[in-house]
Amino acid sequence: MNEVLLLARRSVVRTLRQPAMIVPALVFPLLLLSINSSGLESATHLPGFPTDSYFQFALAIAFVQGALFSANSAGTNVASDIESGFLNRLSLTPLRRVSLILGQLTGILALGLIQALTFLGVGLAFGEGIAAGVGGAVVIVLLSLTISLAFGSIGAFVALRAGNGEAVQGVFPLFFAALFLSSMTLPRDLIEIEWFQTVATWNPVSYMLEGFRSLVIEGWNAEALALGFGCAAGVAVIAMAAASSALRTRMVRT
Amino acid sequence: MSNAAIETSGLVREFKKGPRAVDGIDLRVEPGEVYGFLGPNGAGKSTTVHMLTTLLPPTAGRAWVAGHDVVEDGPAVRSAIGAALQEAALDPYLTGREHMRLQTALHGMTGKESRERTDVLLERVGLVQAADRRVGGYSGGMKRRLDLALALVHRPRILFLDEPTTGLDPQSRSALWEEVQRLASDRGVTVFLTTQYLEEADVLADRVGIIDRGHIVAEGTPEALKDEIGRPSVEVIPALAEDLPHTRQVLSRFGESVTGSPKGASVRLAGGDAQLAEVVRALDSEDLQIQELQLHAPTLDDVFLAKTGRSLEGEAEPAPAAA
Repeated sequence: MNEVLLLARRSVVRTLRQPAMIVPALVFPLLLLSINSSGLESATHLPGFPTDSYFQFALAIAFVQGALFSANSAGTNVASDIESGFLNRLSLTPLRRVSLILGQLTGILALGLIQALTFLGVGLAFGEGIAAGVGGAVVIVLLSLTISLAFGSIGAFVALRAGNGEAVQGVFPLFFAALFLSSMTLPRDLIEIEWFQTVATWNPVSYMLEGFRSLVIEGWNAEALALGFGCAAGVAVIAMAAASSALRTRMVRT
Repeated sequence: MSNAAIETSGLVREFKKGPRAVDGIDLRVEPGEVYGFLGPNGAGKSTTVHMLTTLLPPTAGRAWVAGHDVVEDGPAVRSAIGAALQEAALDPYLTGREHMRLQTALHGMTGKESRERTDVLLERVGLVQAADRRVGGYSGGMKRRLDLALALVHRPRILFLDEPTTGLDPQSRSALWEEVQRLASDRGVTVFLTTQYLEEADVLADRVGIIDRGHIVAEGTPEALKDEIGRPSVEVIPALAEDLPHTRQVLSRFGESVTGSPKGASVRLAGGDAQLAEVVRALDSEDLQIQELQLHAPTLDDVFLAKTGRSLEGEAEPAPAAA
C-alpha cells in the first residue's frame, strides 16, 4: 500500500506541475458546456425532452469529457516514463507491478476529483441545482471518479502497449468520437437517425451520461445509476486488466 | 553458485526480425573490479547490461550476478545491484530531492533513514545546492550525477554504468570518473562500465572486454591488450601535399599501413620503435620535407582494429577531451 501511495503522490505532484495538462482538462469541458447550453437550448422544446434547461442536460457532458482528459493524462504520463527509462528505474526496485498501475491511477483520480468538484461547483452556480440533493452531488463525484478510472486505465493500456506518447495522442480523438456517438446532445429516444440511435444504445458512454443526468434532472433513478456505474466499472475492470497484462510484457524483469 | 561478482556463460540475446545482439559471450568479473565493456554503437553492450540487470531475459546461456542466476533469482540480483542506464531515467517534473526520497522509500527506507541517505548521496555527487530544483532544469552532467546517486541508494555491491559519460562536457566527465574510482577503491564496489570511449576504458577499467557485433573479441587489462599489439605506429605529414603518395611509398617499406590523419601516411613499424631512425633517414634520402612526424604507442583502438579490421574511433561519436 505504501508503494501505491508513493507513486500516487508522485503522479499527483507531476500532474499539478504541468498546467498544460490541468488547464485544458478543466477549461475545454466548461467551454463545450457553455457553447452547448446556449446553442442547443431550443432542443428543450422537443416533445419528451426531460428538462427545460439545456444547461442541466449538458452538465453531464462536462464530467465525461473531463474524464476523457484523464485517459490522455494517464497515457501521456505512462508513455513518458517508458520513453525516459523511468519505468526501468522502477523495475530495478522491489516495486510490485500492480502498485505501479494503482499508483498512476490514484494520481488520475486526484485530477478527476479536482475536475468533478469544479464542474459540480459550476453546475450549482449556473444551473438549477441537483435534483437528487447533497447525496446526489456526492454520487456524481463518485461516478465521475469511476469514469476517470475507466478512461485513465484505457490511456495507461495504450501507453504500455505502444510505449510512446504519439500513440496516446493518436487514440485521444477516438475517445471524443465515442462521446459524440452517444446520447451526448439528445436523449436516446429523441435521436431520429436509426443507426445513430443504435450506436448510442450500444455505447457505454451513453449510460455514463444518463447516470449523471438522472441525478441532476430527475432525482434518484436506481436503473440509470446502476447502468451508469455498471458501464463505468465494467470498462474500468477490462481496461485495468488489459493495462496489467501490457505492463507484464513491458516490465519484463526476470 | 558462482563466487564471481558477474559471470556469464554462452549468453545470447536474439531479437525478433533482428540479428543476435549478443552472441554467446563468456565473461567473469571479480569482486571489487572495474570492468570496462568497450565497443561501438550497436555492438551489444546495452543489451548485455539489460540482461545482467534482469531487465531483459536472455534467449540462451546463463548469467550470475552477485552469485544469483539472473533468470531464476531476479529479485536477489536486483537487491545486490545498482544501475545507471544509458539515458538518465529521471522525471523532469520532480526535484532531485524528491527523486531521492522516492527511491529510498521504494527500497524500504523511511523517515530519518531516508532523509539521511538522501543528504549523504546528494552531498557526495555535489547536488546539495540544486537538490530542490526540478530536474528538467538540470544540465546533462547534473542529471548523470543524480542518476548515479539514485543507483547507490541501497548500497549496492555491484554497479552497472551504461555509457555514463556520453554527451557530457569534460568537467562533468572527470567528476564522474573520480566518483567511480572512489566507489571502487574506497568502498570495494564492483563496477561494470560500458563505454564507446577508449580513454574512459583506459583510465577507469582494471580489465577491458572489447565487444563487436555481439562477440567479445578481446579481453584483458588495457596494458596487456596494448602489449599484445606490441608495435608502435609512425605517422608522417609531408610539408607539401603533393608529396603524400611518395611519403606513403617510402613508409610502406617499414610496415603495414594503418588509419591516420588524411593529410599524412601512417604505418605500424614491423621492427618496433627502433626503426624510427631508419624511417627518418629514408625520408631524408628521398628529399621529402616533413611537417610533422609522430610515434604512436599502441592504443585500445589499435587493439580493436587488429581484432575487427575496423577502427573504433571512426564508429563512435567523438568524445570531448577530459579536463
